[in-house]
Amino acid sequence: MAVSFTVNGKAASVDAGDDTPLLWVVREHLKLTGTKFGCGSGLCGACTVHVDGKAVRSCQTGLKDVAGKKVTTIEGLSPNNSHPLQKAWIAEQVPQCGYCQSGQIMQAAELLAKTKKPSRDQIVQHMDGNICRCGTYPRIVRAIQRASREG
Amino acid sequence: MNKQIKQDTLDVSRRSFVKGASGLTFAFALSGTLLGRISEVYAADGAKLNAWVTIGHDDTITILCPSSEMGQGVLTALPLILAEELDADWSKVKCEFAPGNPKLYGGQHKMFPGAQVTLASVSVPAYFTQLRMAGAQARRVLLDNVAEQWKVPVAELTTDKSKITHKKSKRSISYGDVAKTAKVPAELPKIAESDLKKRKDYKLIGRKDIGRVDVPSKVNGSARYSIDVQIPGMVYASLMHSPMEGAKVASVNADDVKKIKGVTHVLSLPFGVAVVAETIEASRLGRQALNVKWDTASAVGAPFDSEKAKEEYARKAADPKAEAMDAFKTGDADKALAGAASKVEAAYWSEHTYHAQMEPMNAVASVAADGLSAEIWCGAQVQPLVAAVASNVLKTTPDKIKINNQLLGGGFGRRIWPDAPVQAVVISNIVKKPVKLMLTREDDLAAARPRPMTHHVMKAGLDDKKNMVSWHHRIVAENVDAVAAPPRFAATKGRDYIGWVGMSQDFYKIPNLKADAIREQRGMRVHAWRGIGAGYNKFVSESFLDEVAAAKGIDPLAYRLELTKDHPRAQAVIKAVAEMSNFKKKRPGRGMGIAFSDYHDTLTAGVAEVSLDKATGKIKVHNYWIAIDGGLIIQPDNVNAQLESSIIYALSGALSEELTMKGGAVQQSNFNDYHVMRMSEVPQIHMKVIVTDNPPTGMGEVGIPTVAPAIGNAVAQLTGKRLRHLPMSAERVKKALA
Repeated sequence: MAVSFTVNGKAASVDAGDDTPLLWVVREHLKLTGTKFGCGSGLCGACTVHVDGKAVRSCQTGLKDVAGKKVTTIEGLSPNNSHPLQKAWIAEQVPQCGYCQSGQIMQAAELLAKTKKPSRDQIVQHMDGNICRCGTYPRIVRAIQRASREG
Repeated sequence: MNKQIKQDTLDVSRRSFVKGASGLTFAFALSGTLLGRISEVYAADGAKLNAWVTIGHDDTITILCPSSEMGQGVLTALPLILAEELDADWSKVKCEFAPGNPKLYGGQHKMFPGAQVTLASVSVPAYFTQLRMAGAQARRVLLDNVAEQWKVPVAELTTDKSKITHKKSKRSISYGDVAKTAKVPAELPKIAESDLKKRKDYKLIGRKDIGRVDVPSKVNGSARYSIDVQIPGMVYASLMHSPMEGAKVASVNADDVKKIKGVTHVLSLPFGVAVVAETIEASRLGRQALNVKWDTASAVGAPFDSEKAKEEYARKAADPKAEAMDAFKTGDADKALAGAASKVEAAYWSEHTYHAQMEPMNAVASVAADGLSAEIWCGAQVQPLVAAVASNVLKTTPDKIKINNQLLGGGFGRRIWPDAPVQAVVISNIVKKPVKLMLTREDDLAAARPRPMTHHVMKAGLDDKKNMVSWHHRIVAENVDAVAAPPRFAATKGRDYIGWVGMSQDFYKIPNLKADAIREQRGMRVHAWRGIGAGYNKFVSESFLDEVAAAKGIDPLAYRLELTKDHPRAQAVIKAVAEMSNFKKKRPGRGMGIAFSDYHDTLTAGVAEVSLDKATGKIKVHNYWIAIDGGLIIQPDNVNAQLESSIIYALSGALSEELTMKGGAVQQSNFNDYHVMRMSEVPQIHMKVIVTDNPPTGMGEVGIPTVAPAIGNAVAQLTGKRLRHLPMSAERVKKALA
């Protein structure tokens, strides 16, 4: 049976089996491919999206769990790279291969929504579940600090 | 991109460039010795040359990048080099990928002449001269046209930001406007290296404020990797990857899996069992439901067990009759060792490591109904290799394979071998539909192509004045070239380029040196891993050098300066890192270690500051300093990013990464049991890039080699105990300290 929810402000209805991970629903059914598959086990953070404002691992979130909820993916963060984190990510030239960065940004967006001026330790603690194999971690920290400073 | 290339395909036998609706396209009649190879291709068969650069009537300049973008920034760096000589307005430059075609887009690197490859940090060194010549030639054609039109001497014309100016008559014209009326010269102007810009005149190369062109697309989800590709009529495939080469499917519960709604095929293939389904969810459920038994009777790797193999490697290393092949040799190390007054000996190890690129292996393939041609969407480090292997599988020719190379979600050597694209081709050819194959992380691990497990026996001889008179580095390891580069393996009669890098000590004055190898072939899928042989060989040689220094009673920094006294560039990086880190200053509870590397002609020196939790054995790296000399720097900010990146990759490898094999199969399954470095574990990284007038050398891996030995040397300074086994994981360190 189709499950209805909102994605990036638009109504969506997907029939893909209740337990199908939200990851595959947004990527393959809704063609929002900015959200990435990394591990399928909630270990790397590449698939992070927001459900009702909370950062979740979409590979661990079943379709039925988002019924009636608001899902935001990287594509819905801003219409034109104007979110403070996106601007800071560009200013600090964070991405390398870029594959994990949607998840990194969505994870960071949750932090800044809750904590306007996070300390370095708060940033590291909040971001520690997101793997970046290119090792952009120092630049991610700098970009979050910049976004928090420049808003 | 592809549309553009089709439009602008040229026949250089008739003319040198054409004017099309889109503007002016240059095809370079590449001449002279540097570009001779391509000229030969042209002369031999009148091959059509594609262009490097197109100038649109709207002033847009499209420059093609021959290499794959896997995070190293090449999509910006290579076009920037051409734009520099063209004097292009960088804000109007569009960087696009060239198709895979070594005849047209092969590089000029000494290690891979004529090859179109993205590996071994060769892109900038391979194309630096070629692209500058191409840019200069394009500029010259524009100038000649304007000179003729305005009836002025070429020498009176100047260029800047895509504009040609004649100061005397106060006229100027944009490149786009020139393109509208430009005439074709019968013969393209010849460019000599002396015609190229002087470095002091560079306007783009070396600028800190020029960002990477791919970055904006990587903050909003629009960057496209092969895993993002969807094409009409596509079906999904998952794969239980075979645990080792040669393993065959003995049994599979195909009937059960086919009962899953949407599953159409369960295919037993030479590389595993594929589940093909109409939907993504069915393909994943099918993969989960698979129950496969393997027949490993004819798999060479089946007996491989990491622990048992180590015993055998140690036995072979100690066997005087074991056959060793000389890798590098200076003087007579055996004789000098026999006559030495004292000796230093030690044995070292490193374990298999996994690339752990964030995008698991995947590809989309669409094979034609007759099975004789295919279109592939993939992320490949070597596009021509994809075409070669795929065409071989389909029993057709490489020109029948169209490759749409996408951004790579991490390469690090893993995307050299085209296993996933070829697997997708095989499956598509069976089901006669376009197929999107995506491996799970678990299958990506099962399909790992790791850095080999290695054993090293080191011997140094000192004379009665404690001068080192002999150095012998013996490696026991699977030959990586034999698996990853069979043609080179055959051509060199069994050498191992990949595995032996880092053993030659070219910058150290050692009178008698021997590096040799006991070459194993045990059926593991060993491959190039970022930094290749230098990753473990420098860990071993730079750690052992500290052991020799200790035997001599000399400070490790002073000893490195003594050994490199004939090489000012090497001395400069060593001195720089010592100064940056205040190396000689004692820090309570902390150890300081130094290491030097000459990997692929880029000189680096690193210093690690560490502490140690003796109860757990866990090493903490607090600071890491690196000084490098890679000659001319194209993009300074990106070089810093690449250094940070490779240092963190190496820290991760040095401290925790370990694949273990049992029965020939990888034992780890995901990031829970294959630990890669997280943000909280990253030290402060301090970098100094010494810019010299030397040609640019590789940057994508150079942080790797010094990290592990600097840590080991720091722990030795702190504790007096020498760590001789990678990774220096907590458990292993605890054992070493006991």
